[in-house]
Amino acid sequence: MPEYTKDTIEQLVDGRLPWPELRRMMSSFKDDGRFEAYVAALQQRVPWEDRIVLPLSDNLFIVQRPDGELVTKSQAGFDFGDYRRNWKLNAVIFERDTPELMNEVYPELMGADPHWMTLREYYCPLSYTLLEIEAVPPGYPIVHTFEPDLEGFYREWLGKAL
Amino acid sequence: MAITTPPQSKPATIGWDGQTLHAMLTESEQRFEKTGHYHGVERLTMQAEDPIRYEKIFSRLRGGMVNARETALNISASPIVKEIGELCFALYTPEGDSITLSTGIMVHVHTMSDAIKYIIRNDFEDNPGIAPGDIFCNNDSFVGDVHNADVQNIIPLFWEGELIGWAAGVTHVLDVGSHHVSGMPIGPIDRFEDGFILSSQKIGSEDRVWRDYELRSETAVRMPWYWRLDEKTRITGCQMIRESVHRVIEQEGIDTYKHFIREVIEEGRRSFEARVRQMTIPGTYRSPSFMDVTFAGETQLPAAAAKNSLMHAPMQIEISTEGGFSLSFEGASAWGLHSFNAAPSAMQGALWVLLTQTLVPNDKVNDGAYFGTQLHLPWGSWCNPDNPNASTTISWVFLIPSFVGLFRSLSQAYTARGYLEEVVAGYPGTWNMTQGGGTDHYGRPAAFTNFEHSCVGTSAGMVRDGEAACAAMWNPEGDMGDVETWETLEPLLYLSRRIRPSTAGMGRQRGGSGWEALRMVWKTADLVLYNLGEGHVFHGNGLFGGYPGCTGYRLNVERNNLKELIETGRPIPHADNDPEDSEILRLLDGVVVRDNRCTHLATPVGQYDVYVSLLRGGHGVGDVLEREPAAVAADVGEGLLLERFAKRVYGVVLNDTPEGPQADEQATHARREEIRAQRRERAIPVPQWLARTRERVVDKDFIEPVAEMYRSSMSLSEDWAREFRDYWELPDDYEI
Repeated sequence: MPEYTKDTIEQLVDGRLPWPELRRMMSSFKDDGRFEAYVAALQQRVPWEDRIVLPLSDNLFIVQRPDGELVTKSQAGFDFGDYRRNWKLNAVIFERDTPELMNEVYPELMGADPHWMTLREYYCPLSYTLLEIEAVPPGYPIVHTFEPDLEGFYREWLGKAL
Repeated sequence: MAITTPPQSKPATIGWDGQTLHAMLTESEQRFEKTGHYHGVERLTMQAEDPIRYEKIFSRLRGGMVNARETALNISASPIVKEIGELCFALYTPEGDSITLSTGIMVHVHTMSDAIKYIIRNDFEDNPGIAPGDIFCNNDSFVGDVHNADVQNIIPLFWEGELIGWAAGVTHVLDVGSHHVSGMPIGPIDRFEDGFILSSQKIGSEDRVWRDYELRSETAVRMPWYWRLDEKTRITGCQMIRESVHRVIEQEGIDTYKHFIREVIEEGRRSFEARVRQMTIPGTYRSPSFMDVTFAGETQLPAAAAKNSLMHAPMQIEISTEGGFSLSFEGASAWGLHSFNAAPSAMQGALWVLLTQTLVPNDKVNDGAYFGTQLHLPWGSWCNPDNPNASTTISWVFLIPSFVGLFRSLSQAYTARGYLEEVVAGYPGTWNMTQGGGTDHYGRPAAFTNFEHSCVGTSAGMVRDGEAACAAMWNPEGDMGDVETWETLEPLLYLSRRIRPSTAGMGRQRGGSGWEALRMVWKTADLVLYNLGEGHVFHGNGLFGGYPGCTGYRLNVERNNLKELIETGRPIPHADNDPEDSEILRLLDGVVVRDNRCTHLATPVGQYDVYVSLLRGGHGVGDVLEREPAAVAADVGEGLLLERFAKRVYGVVLNDTPEGPQADEQATHARREEIRAQRRERAIPVPQWLARTRERVVDKDFIEPVAEMYRSSMSLSEDWAREFRDYWELPDDYEI
């Protein structure tokens, strides 16, 4: 079972791990302690103090606020509320629903036809970082992509309290 | 090849301890249901007590599979087998569960398992009989296959009068004899148009293919010589597997072998569960996907089939704290009058082949992973048709997009666990598929599929860009094949193959590029061509703010002046490159067919007509504004990104230098601030957007394919209909 140094995990998080090392990491057995090392590296990289409970992406995290509440929070510090609720509902959105808007980001003929499908861009209300894009037909409900079983993960899999 | 099993008298039954095969299968299933362990194996005693011997047996059996595949590949005549490696071999238990497999199109490891179980459940043991040296053939997706272009041979393995397993091999053949002339027919609307189909049929005995079958197959397909040679390839591989299994039994003993094959599958099941616990997070994951079918106006189809439609694949994955992994397509749209429906066996195979590329990417994979997963396919949907006569000749058209969410969902889990090196934003559609048929350049009847679509771009990862032109989701060893080989098979010359800019999804990490092939019709007066791929919807999606890779378009220039350009030595086109500044349209005069109708029926073409095939790029990961400016400059310099998107989307301002484009740091910073300001100005709070969109839903303001998709999903699934109505706060009687 491989073990990686703190520096290696930090290089991975920062996207600086050289390809040969990244390739070896992909081909090797997985290190069981990765989650803790990873969260520790991320914790040093966010501009706020709340404890990271589960990273969701490079810009979104489930965190524990000082009042004990578990919420979804952006890198920039926007609080999307209860982690069980779809964070997108508290984001800001821009929908590419015309050929002109589609052609801003794709060459003509190489994007979707907005009558069939639009692009919904969800931004952080603080930093306007693009957090997620949905490619769905008009009228499709906003997708709740991930509902983690946090209790189960911590208690059953990590063997510690949430 | 000689029979290696000594002649023996046929016992009353061929199963173990006097059982029939049917009884063995039933018992095995009951043991699994009762204990949760494969065949009721609760302790891995052999692995625990003699691990070296255990691993040695596995390695020798696995080596036999790879040896069979590599040998068969090199003696094959079919370019799809030889160039692309569209073949695979596997070894099964007497009940038809896979023990080990070769590399190649591994999707079929489980489909062949279904084909063997069809033989068992239908009591072939009694009639037509199962004996040493028998040969079976299957290409029926409702029995166990993806589509009838994937043809399987299955042979029983005997030892001292008992059936001790099965060897099976599959290759993708060039033609299946449908009247819709193409390698994987587009156009059939039911099974009766699909072409030649064999349902685990016995086609030989004593290691010889029966002459009556040979003669029948010669008249069933357009290129019987390839059909025959493919069959020899598969049978040879199966016989090599038989020899390697017999060698192992001779050295290890039959009792050890019998014990081993049970234990190794249970180990595979446990490994899968352990891997789920190690790599993922328990919870629910959702990732719907879609695919357009553009048959409106097709004069070759009956009115009910000549319409546009939209496939819906609402993938939902549940991972339990016990390591259980279940995948559901509840809410999927209905099967239709087209050839893109998928039988359950195909879906199971797809799940399996994808898992081997992400969650269990090692050589010790077998049906243990199948026993570790649950797959829910709604009855009546496109992925489990309630009509056994539904056409399935090219199930991949729906199957490929439907599973893209598996990678996205697992990547969400890997991101949460910190295994960033494994994250990938799905895969692009493996198209355009160039297909056609008629009379080839040697004057022979022909039908073909060009398998260069085995090499599309890969999607971005969390910490790396995707790679250009290198992979297909269904064959982990993607290869585009040599131009010269395709030119031998198809009456189409290549004018070029080129990496195509702005095919990949943009993002902090960008997808790998797609590419384009320009073909010229050559030496035939009787040829039809097809396009196949998505044109109106994105097949997948980016991850964490990345954009999806491109959709496609078709471009043919018919009755053109290419002959004149060549004869007078004037420039001819070598790329389309940019639809907004098309090299082809600048250089060629002719009748231009150019639109997003990327899936259509046979289109007649003539000598010198030009056909463009656009191969797709991968999806992006992360916000475009977080991509390193130097990386954007390099993308433009290397022809991976059209320059206008550097400034417009990435916000990177470039300067031309003798070394190529370089990012202007200050101007880039200012442009990125401008883009952020534009985002602030254009975006609205989601509740406001929901209120506006709800009005559209209430008004049912959708084009017919979208409306029909909603109608179809709501009528097939009460749960999905209720969720949709609840989401938009609609009355119970709301219908579209």
